[in-house]
Amino acid sequence: MERLYESQRLAIWYFWTAIALFGAQLLFGLLAAYQFINPDFLYGTLNFMTNRMLHINAMVIWLLMGFIGGIYWFLPLETQREIVGIKLGKLAYFAFVITVAIVVLVFLIKQFGKGDFFTLWFITEGREYVEAPRWADIGVVAVALIVAYNVVATVLASRRLTGILGVLIVDLAALFGLYLAGMFFTPNITVDQFWWWWVVHLWVEATWEVLVGVLMGWLLMHLLGTPRKIIEAWLYIEVMLVFGTGILGLGHHYYWIGTPPYWLGIGGFFSSLEPLPLVAMVIHAVYDAGVHRLQTVNRPALFWAFAQAFGNLFGAGVWGFMHTLPQINLFSHGTQLAAAHGHLAFFGAYVAANLAIFYYILGKTRVKEGYIMNGAVWRIAYIGLIIGMFGMVASLTVAGFAQTMIERASLGSTWEAYIQAQMHPWMEHAYRWRFFFGLIFALSYMALLYDLLTAGKRVEQVKEAELAR
Amino acid sequence: MSVGWLEVVVATLFISIVVSLILARGRHWLEPGFWKIAAVITSSVMAITLVLLTVDTSRQISMGSKRVPSPSVINREIGYVYDAERMAMVPALGKEVGLFGRVWSEEEAEKLVTKGKLVIQSRNCMDCHTLLGNGAYYAPDLTKAWLDPKWEKQLMPMTGAKTREEAMRAFLMNPDKYPTWVRRMPNLKLSEDEAMAVVAYLKWMSTIDTNGFPANFPEVKVSQ
Repeated sequence: MERLYESQRLAIWYFWTAIALFGAQLLFGLLAAYQFINPDFLYGTLNFMTNRMLHINAMVIWLLMGFIGGIYWFLPLETQREIVGIKLGKLAYFAFVITVAIVVLVFLIKQFGKGDFFTLWFITEGREYVEAPRWADIGVVAVALIVAYNVVATVLASRRLTGILGVLIVDLAALFGLYLAGMFFTPNITVDQFWWWWVVHLWVEATWEVLVGVLMGWLLMHLLGTPRKIIEAWLYIEVMLVFGTGILGLGHHYYWIGTPPYWLGIGGFFSSLEPLPLVAMVIHAVYDAGVHRLQTVNRPALFWAFAQAFGNLFGAGVWGFMHTLPQINLFSHGTQLAAAHGHLAFFGAYVAANLAIFYYILGKTRVKEGYIMNGAVWRIAYIGLIIGMFGMVASLTVAGFAQTMIERASLGSTWEAYIQAQMHPWMEHAYRWRFFFGLIFALSYMALLYDLLTAGKRVEQVKEAELAR
Repeated sequence: MSVGWLEVVVATLFISIVVSLILARGRHWLEPGFWKIAAVITSSVMAITLVLLTVDTSRQISMGSKRVPSPSVINREIGYVYDAERMAMVPALGKEVGLFGRVWSEEEAEKLVTKGKLVIQSRNCMDCHTLLGNGAYYAPDLTKAWLDPKWEKQLMPMTGAKTREEAMRAFLMNPDKYPTWVRRMPNLKLSEDEAMAVVAYLKWMSTIDTNGFPANFPEVKVSQ
């Protein structure tokens, strides 16, 4: 076990907080999923809207925390020095955690406010994904700026700018700059949603993808010893493809919000190319894993990296492509099909990436040199989480097709058409199956949590490692 | 200026590839440096195009434009009709009928619509409903909620209201009293003013030209 940089200790704090919030995300997701089956459950006390809001916001925040953790872990290794503003970094961590805690408490206790600016500043902004009150938004930007400062200052101090660091700096600037696009009020909902997608789409389908590309590049270098030249070449190709398709792929959110019709063509074309970088990532992962015959000192990290490549391709690529063309999207937009795509895309692209990095970190901090990290529990969690997710996605896909066909294509998108579709057995059953697989997912999370807490500490693992040698 | 989507697609791809190749000439295609140039150029071309399109779009979607009418449109009769030329459903405006028994001045209408948006955000409507198709999928889409036949068929008799806007106001203030299905909207404690503002907002929103979304919605004719 190597001596850790302070920055790496901070990374571990970020990861544990992220994993705890992952649990919160699942809890509120299960509550919301159950309300689809039994709408009277907690009606009036903890309404669907609150559970759903906490489900999504917990996800955004924990993934972001995981990414920040990943940056703080690999940055000192890359620059070969302690990061510059470590005290500031720790301060930002506590500010972040306290902010999140206050926001969650307000969401749970207060839930909504009067229709005025006080509510927007201190209770909720009430725009899906951007619900955090504005004071918290400013807090998130401040934390983000501290991370960016630490990256830039450390790189400057080390006088060593690698290709990966260059991409990271440009990407962080874009990531934090874009968040500002979501921090204003306008009565014009078309203008509102136009800029709102700059935060949501350009984050998730562009800057987050590149950030994960950077983190997975570092992971493969350290885990498998993939040469830097290959990693950097692939990273540039990925940046070219992600930004090349993702920036104007934004157009697929501009079909129906009141924007001019040219977005139908531009959005349709570029977003149908969006799977390309994901295919590139799969080729990269398969190649690297093949070279090493799937053998490494840290099997869970490698397997999660593998799941990341494939999950990203299926979730973001295939499920996204399914309804990205305007001719299909006209009917499927705003149906459970979008929920199916969202679930698989976030799990594949970002949850798997975070878990891969966290396992890698645990391997580095808990397992003695020369031993391998392996065991049975991580496998149970791995398989359980994947089956749980695919089950939820399959159910939601069925529900989405039924809704598209009945509510949109046949009955004409009215209030009554919506109810008719939701009452159809194809949708009702799908919601039950989704809840069932959600339970499997939550149980697998328990196994994951147990494994993360004990990995490398259990006696049988050490024994197995000895046998393997 | 009218922007053609095909021209934009071809131009951005062409410029990205040609400029990248010119700047990367002499480098082997397996070198990271080759792809670094391609990445920088492609990202820049796409970002610049997005900025230019944003300028054009912002002009076309400002309040009071053809696609997004000004708030005083809440005084007019609103329809949703099939446009054979565009082969899509488009909003239609009819004669002046007022809202809640009066005609609102431009300034009053703007205040009301702004209030409506604040109420919609403060009550987190988007975490159950979709607006313009975006939001959660636990409750119906509200893009054309003002035009929904259910107000007249079910909610007006239920609430005893004489007009659509009164039925909407009554429902919004006490949704738990007027259930339409097993999934009921919770009572979000809207005051009378807030409920009126939301009704005005929904009426205004139904006049936005959404390129035919939602498709197949029942046609609503207006008297000229």
